[in-house]
Amino acid sequence: MDRNRRPRQRYRQQSSVLSSRFSVLSHRHDTIHLDYSRVQGAIELVDVVRHFGRFAALRGISANLDSGKLHVILGDNGAGKSTLLRVIAGLLAPTRGRVAVLGTTNLRSVAPQVGFMAHAPLLYDELSAMENLRYFAALYGIYDHQRCAQAIRSVGLDPELTRRVGQYSQGMRQRISLARAVLHDPKLLLLDEPFSNVDVHSARDMARLLGGMRDQGRTIVVVTHQAAIMEPVADESIVMAEGRIVAKERGIPVHLLATQGATR
Amino acid sequence: MSQLVAVARRTLIKDLRLEWRSKDAINSMLFFSLLVVVIFSFSFDPTAEESRRIAGGLIWVAFLFASVVALNQTWARELRNQVLDAYRISPAPANSLFIAKAVGNFLLVTLLEALMAPLFVVFYNLRSIGPEYQLVLVTVLATWALVVNGTFFAAISIRTRSREIMLPLILFPISIPALLAMVDATTQILTGESSPWFWIQLLAVYDVVFTTACLMLFETVLNAE
Amino acid sequence: MKNPVYILAIASLLLLSYGLYQGMVAAPTERTMGEVQRIFYYHVPSAWVAFLLFFVNFIASIWFLLRRNPRVDALAVATAEVGVVFCTIVLVTGPLWARPVWGIWWTWDARLTSTLVLWLIYVSYLVLRQFGTGGQTPVLASALAIFGFLDVPLVYMSIRWFRTQHPQPVIGGGEGSGIHPAMREALMWNFVAFLVFAVLIVFLRYRLEVAEREVESIHAERALTPAEARRNA
Repeated sequence: MDRNRRPRQRYRQQSSVLSSRFSVLSHRHDTIHLDYSRVQGAIELVDVVRHFGRFAALRGISANLDSGKLHVILGDNGAGKSTLLRVIAGLLAPTRGRVAVLGTTNLRSVAPQVGFMAHAPLLYDELSAMENLRYFAALYGIYDHQRCAQAIRSVGLDPELTRRVGQYSQGMRQRISLARAVLHDPKLLLLDEPFSNVDVHSARDMARLLGGMRDQGRTIVVVTHQAAIMEPVADESIVMAEGRIVAKERGIPVHLLATQGATR
Repeated sequence: MSQLVAVARRTLIKDLRLEWRSKDAINSMLFFSLLVVVIFSFSFDPTAEESRRIAGGLIWVAFLFASVVALNQTWARELRNQVLDAYRISPAPANSLFIAKAVGNFLLVTLLEALMAPLFVVFYNLRSIGPEYQLVLVTVLATWALVVNGTFFAAISIRTRSREIMLPLILFPISIPALLAMVDATTQILTGESSPWFWIQLLAVYDVVFTTACLMLFETVLNAE
Repeated sequence: MKNPVYILAIASLLLLSYGLYQGMVAAPTERTMGEVQRIFYYHVPSAWVAFLLFFVNFIASIWFLLRRNPRVDALAVATAEVGVVFCTIVLVTGPLWARPVWGIWWTWDARLTSTLVLWLIYVSYLVLRQFGTGGQTPVLASALAIFGFLDVPLVYMSIRWFRTQHPQPVIGGGEGSGIHPAMREALMWNFVAFLVFAVLIVFLRYRLEVAEREVESIHAERALTPAEARRNA
């Protein structure tokens, strides 16, 4: 490849190679729909690049995440894990490359089927758990109080609690956040560092809950740097470093347990 | 359409509930504008005639600075705990959020005005020569003018490096036509010297133009990351 | 692409020189104000050029929001910056003119005040550009630019009305109405000269901005080793 050519031109060469390989893709305006007879993935990433000024957070991520599986994304701080998750969630647009979620590149259209959780609780501190959930349920057009109560019970908490969420422990808050994320029965669940600052007991409970959700047929992607907690339920682990995927394994192999998760 | 209104309504109720429980915005707003009133009253010691001339400017300056406090607070609340992400990832329309925030801010600032206006009347011995209903009309249009652009720009500025300082910097220059209108209209009504109708019309045009612009561009601005 | 720069530079030089001659020598001396009035040939064309540049900024901002083409955004930055400079010229030449003629530095007359507000709006745009964090800045700034330009007719109308209510001395007399034809000619020559000069400067600034972004993009693409990435970040 001619190094003197400007980066833009170099990319054009690359993308034509990729599009011939992915001939299953058909175009309609700007939305690309995947032909499911060939492709199984819940999430399809094609050479995703994301720059922040001079810093390249994602440097060409290509991956296919199967549906109905629990994928764990591991890696040190600064590897680009959170950035990747935000791109998949549709919160961050990639500088280049294609992201297809649940069969379409129009991420807005699949929003009702995607749930998101971060290490920040994504809740209002001054509202109680039920009030929080009822509000977020309304955003999805759900006005059924019972469903909210059920979601809270399913994470092991009492919906009758009127205490403000700001007064909960971190473990409880993350549970409520998980309840919020699954309230609308999403097919795809994205979690970004859900266990940080959470006590081990709650973390293990949550991991078990996630495994149960995967068994119900949901696709789950968890970004974490605490591999040990996810080990019992993980189907696949993806290791990232410096904005690239460096390994993809079934489950979480022992050598990863050793290197990922000792530090916070 | 109904989803837009339904979500906006829910968001507004949620915001009002949050405000009622934390009283973040209303307390700082009240205290701030009280300070402004007191400090101004040290600098000016007007007669009744003079006070009618300058009160318009003083009142609106006080409300303008107090509004900035509210505008920043209502967005800061969404950035705490990254809770704005939860909204953005949901299928709820962006404009619902804008409408809810703008209306919420409008109610807050109107509450402030209702509380502060008697104070101004007392401190400056004000009595309007022109008809009072015109004052109400001007106040409604002017408050919306400040709040609609303020809500939009607060959403922009709260995500920059200088956060809360940025809002007055970008809001005030663009609000100058509206500020001119509200100040002069108020002065004209208080002194009864001339008709404020041109200003009222200008405020109405300003409101329509910028409300439209905000509704058209808010989604783009919300999702810029 | 050196050619446009050379052509524009030579054209600017020629036109500005001719404009100078027109304004300082060829145009007749004003009856009441004397030689000081010649500042008019810098004051007014600068205002027109500034306004034109802000209009281009408005179009570029809309275009950027629709197409997200980074070069268009670079044009928006360039026109805003150069527009602010020309606006500053208007605000400086105004008082320079007013002081000898009326004995006051500033008068809140309709044109000067409107220009001041325009200046404030676009300076706030540049401040937002400066303090915005990361990739969202062009989008946010474009939104602000659109609002700013939509505001312009409202600014003029409101200040004009205010001034008819509360009149003050007007700098510059009529806006070319009742103006001597030789003066009008000098005015137009200077307008063309300033316009060509503005295009030159905007082009240079645009090229600079595009080059800066390209450098950033290349840095991001090239950063291969962790050490390099940390150095460049």
